[in-house]
Amino acid sequence: MSEEGGGKPKAQLDAEFSELYRTHLRDVYSYAYYRVGDHHDAEDLTEQTFLQAYRHFERAQRESDGRPLRPWLIRIAHNLAANLYRDRSRKPVSPIDDTTPLAAVHTTEQLVEGRDELSRVLDGVQLLPDDRREALIMRFALGMDNREIARALGRSDGATKVLIHRAIKQLEELVND
Amino acid sequence: MTEALPNLEGLLREALAPVEPPADLVERLESTLTSITELAADELEAWELSAMRDPRNWVRPAGALLVGGTAGTALVLLRARRRAQSPSASLDGVREATERAIHDVGREMRKLLGER
Repeated sequence: MSEEGGGKPKAQLDAEFSELYRTHLRDVYSYAYYRVGDHHDAEDLTEQTFLQAYRHFERAQRESDGRPLRPWLIRIAHNLAANLYRDRSRKPVSPIDDTTPLAAVHTTEQLVEGRDELSRVLDGVQLLPDDRREALIMRFALGMDNREIARALGRSDGATKVLIHRAIKQLEELVND
Repeated sequence: MTEALPNLEGLLREALAPVEPPADLVERLESTLTSITELAADELEAWELSAMRDPRNWVRPAGALLVGGTAGTALVLLRARRRAQSPSASLDGVREATERAIHDVGREMRKLLGER
C-alpha cells in the first residue's frame, strides 16, 4: 500500500487518522447536530462521515499539502447532509431540540433569563438559507475561521466573508422583527 | 415587534455551543473502524494467496484493499482505549458490541462492493 511509491508508512497514516478522529469527533457531531436538527440523524451522519474519511484519508493527506483536515471532514459531512435531504426530499421535521445543548451551557439563573433570547437566536438560525446557516454553524459552533469555512464550503475567502456578514445581518433582522 | 437582541454574536456562541457525541456513538464508531480495518487486512491477506488464480474473487478483496489502506495500527489503539474505559464490561455486552460491529462491517463492505 502506502509503503510503496514514496507514500507514508502505513503505521504513520494509521496514527494520524486516529488523531484526526479523536480531535474532531466533537466538531463533526456538533456540525451534524445543528445541521440536521436531531440526535439520531446526527449520529448517522457522524458515523458515515468518519467512514468516508477513513476510505479517502491517504489521498486527502496527500492533497492537503500540510493544511489542517478539519475543513475536509466538515465538507464530507456537508455533502452527506445534502444527500440526506435530497434522498428524503424534506427539511428537518422538527426544529433543533434546544433543551440538550442549552441545558449543557446554562446551569444558573441564566437559564431562565437567557433562554428566550437563545431560543430566538436558534429559531432564527433555522430560518436562514442553507449556506448561511451552515456558515454560522461552522463559525460559532466549531470556531472555524473564514479560511477554514471557505475550504469546507468550496468558496473563496472573500465570498465566505461576505456570506457570514450577510448571514449575521439577516439573522439580526429575523430575531428583531 | 420584539425587543432587539444585543450582542448577537455572543448569543450565537451560546446558542450554538458544541455538542458532545453520545457515548454509545463513540463506542459504535470505534468498534466499526477497528473491525473494518481488521477484516480488510484479513481479506487482503487471503486475496494475496488465492485471488490471482480465480478472477471471481477479485471484486471483494478490492474492497478490502481500499479499506485496508488506512488506520489499522492506530485503531488498535482506539480499541485498547475503549477497553480501558470499560474494564467491567459484561460478556453479554462484549458479545452485543461484537455482533453490532460485525453488522456494521457487513453494511460497510456491501457499500464498498456496491461502488464497484
